[in-house]
Amino acid sequence: MIKNLTIRYFALFRENAGTGEEIVSLDAETAADVFALLKDRHGSEEPTGHCKVAINDVMADWDHPVADGDTVLLFPPVAGG
Amino acid sequence: MKITSEPISPDTLRDDLLNPSAGAYVSFEGWIRNVNEGHDVLRLEYEAYEPLAVTEGLVVIEEAIARFSVLNARCVHRVGLLEIGECAVWVGVSSGHRDEAFKACRYIIDEIKVRLPIWKKEHYVDGNSGWVNCERCATHGHHHGDSPAGD
Repeated sequence: MIKNLTIRYFALFRENAGTGEEIVSLDAETAADVFALLKDRHGSEEPTGHCKVAINDVMADWDHPVADGDTVLLFPPVAGG
Repeated sequence: MKITSEPISPDTLRDDLLNPSAGAYVSFEGWIRNVNEGHDVLRLEYEAYEPLAVTEGLVVIEEAIARFSVLNARCVHRVGLLEIGECAVWVGVSSGHRDEAFKACRYIIDEIKVRLPIWKKEHYVDGNSGWVNCERCATHGHHHGDSPAGD
């Protein structure tokens, strides 16, 4: 089912996508589906290392379902400290 | 847990942890160093998604307090452009005795590095730059990062 999602990109993903936020329509069931369908935007084949995802400002697992209207935040591998 | 674009002043932050029951205070400061994996580093650029960095940082701190039974713990992380020698992150822990304070401090900095949505971009002396830890996730773009995390 096609869902309208707001995608937010950070750090390297934002630089690759050329924007920090965009609205997309995707046939995606999970956060992992979103990541895979947008690989040409954020530039990563798979969420390796410390890549993380949040849905509507809550950290989520990659198999978390996405719903129409969700905001999905895609975080490249984190590197604090 | 605080994210700030202002310089970190550990001496001031320490005062918030003063407690008559505390017999020990342990702190950690992460500093910007001038070399990483053979690259001469000019400066570092930190970016955080503040709402979730604060939320997740508080979870880490609460975990440390519960797990090691320390009295109190705090963490402050810088964002923005940082020069060599500047403090990027500070962790402070007060407790009854030193052993649990050391352990809690170590736990907090280790977890913060892998759990909080914070990123750092190294700017090298040779003009290149790269996002730390992103060497394997870029398939396009002008990415030169091939260095692992620093301390």
